[in-house]
Amino acid sequence: MFDYQTYRRWTDRTMVFLCGAAAFIAMIPLVSLLAYVIIRGVKRLDWTFLTSIPTPVGITGGGMGNAIVGTITLVIIACCVGLPIGIMAGIYLSEFGKKNKFAWCVRFTADILSGVPSIVTGIVAYTLIVRPMHNFSALAGGVALGFMMIPIVTRTTEELVKLVPHSIREASWALGVSQWKTILNVVIRTARNGILTGVLLSIARIAGETAPLLFTAFNNQFWPHGINEPTASLTVQVFTYAISPFKDWQDQAWTGALVLLILVLAVNMAAKLFFKNPRQLLR
Amino acid sequence: MDDMSDETAVKDKKVRAAVEPTIAKSETRKIEVRHEEPSTEKKTTKVKVDDACAFFGTKQALFSVNMEIAEKEVTAIIGPSGCGKSTLIRCFNRMHETVPTAKFTGDILLDQKSIFAPTMDPVVVRRRIGMVFQKPTPFPTLSIYENVIVGLTLNGVRDKKVLDEKVEWSLRKAALWDEVKDNLQKPGAALSGGQQQRLCIARALAVELEVLLMDEPCSALDPISTSKVEELIHELRQNYTIIIVTHNMQQAARVSQKTAFMLNGKLVEYDATEKVFTNPSNKLTEDYITGRFG
Repeated sequence: MFDYQTYRRWTDRTMVFLCGAAAFIAMIPLVSLLAYVIIRGVKRLDWTFLTSIPTPVGITGGGMGNAIVGTITLVIIACCVGLPIGIMAGIYLSEFGKKNKFAWCVRFTADILSGVPSIVTGIVAYTLIVRPMHNFSALAGGVALGFMMIPIVTRTTEELVKLVPHSIREASWALGVSQWKTILNVVIRTARNGILTGVLLSIARIAGETAPLLFTAFNNQFWPHGINEPTASLTVQVFTYAISPFKDWQDQAWTGALVLLILVLAVNMAAKLFFKNPRQLLR
Repeated sequence: MDDMSDETAVKDKKVRAAVEPTIAKSETRKIEVRHEEPSTEKKTTKVKVDDACAFFGTKQALFSVNMEIAEKEVTAIIGPSGCGKSTLIRCFNRMHETVPTAKFTGDILLDQKSIFAPTMDPVVVRRRIGMVFQKPTPFPTLSIYENVIVGLTLNGVRDKKVLDEKVEWSLRKAALWDEVKDNLQKPGAALSGGQQQRLCIARALAVELEVLLMDEPCSALDPISTSKVEELIHELRQNYTIIIVTHNMQQAARVSQKTAFMLNGKLVEYDATEKVFTNPSNKLTEDYITGRFG
């Protein structure tokens, strides 16, 4: 006998089960990836790995100290390029460009740009910086990563500045505070945590990029002496070691991946601290 | 719905008793008017509104409003929602023009000088004509201390001693000092709604304030906080010109000396509060205050 209630109950259970199963399946790659990287990477993870430079081919030992320094250098350069432009563009979009055509173009470009394959960004940086300067450099790599940051930072800043209630701006104007001072000291200050979160997430995103660095920062086996020379980065170093035929280098590639993962996770965690909930962004 | 605290009510009982017989004629809603001795000195005009018309895009929100607001008096603006009360007082400190499509014609004079004159910076106008909004708007990231003097610090005042004095003076003026003096470094948003509103008043007082505009300052507050703000309005009247927009007619009657009644963007009646509430000259005003509409 067809019982509608039973039918409905079973449909309900089936759907809940299917959704739960899908969520579980979605976690499998993530967990296995994390577990595998940790298992393979942890055996070479020690102080030597973090503080020494690679040994010549065929000699075991050494580490990725220079690559860690290189990645940090690249991220700092990228921030110098990406943050001022991204944050200011975001403020422009939310404060001055609500409706005009130019703002629409900027928004559209930023959205397209954040979808551009990162290798293309690398080619652009190669053409703009590496070719004229005739050498690979941390500067070129950092700029390439900075290009990638701009659209992300622009859009998150815009969204978060928009979240600041209009009444706060009006209150500031009503006190005889000029518009630019209102934006700088009241609006930005109110949206500060949110913007910081966006910045950290964009850093986490670009720190893991390999493609744009392959022909901009290139690679280096020694400690860096400045930003105008080829520079190692964790991602490129992992790539180089992983495709090498040496067992020791392959193990080091796993450890390098683990270090990178920890760095990115740390940045993400920091972002989460600021981003407890959207309401608190305005505190 | 009498929003006043018992204490204040008792204080005013005597004077009210004298007024009540005359207002008994409005049966549907009883409005109590705080009776004032007519002042002997002639009040000077602080703000003069001359043929003010305001527009949002093509929609006209104000139709040639003319009024003269006397110095050191409380002027209440009443009227149903959407009648242009807020639009009018937002013209007084040039906040109206911050809305992208807004337009304004006519003139508003502050001490005989047009606030729209090319030499008048809206920023300076807003320092002399402060504003308190319907919802308390303390700056969420600033402490109580910083909130009070934000209008000064953002305009370049750095002297710690001056600022300290200003904070205490403004908070005392706003009747908030005793409640917050031990917690000046707490965030402004941590205060109660009524305290936040008084903080906003203190913040407006801290700049070189002459005229205080209040856009329904009590509509988000509970009765006790409301009565505190109303008491504060009485205090501030000694030194400042106050223009208050309110939905609450009892409040208008309690706090103001002059009342303006607006309807559909036009100023219908503008007279002494007692006269408006007891013997309005316009039929529309009478209908409104006796509760026949609105």
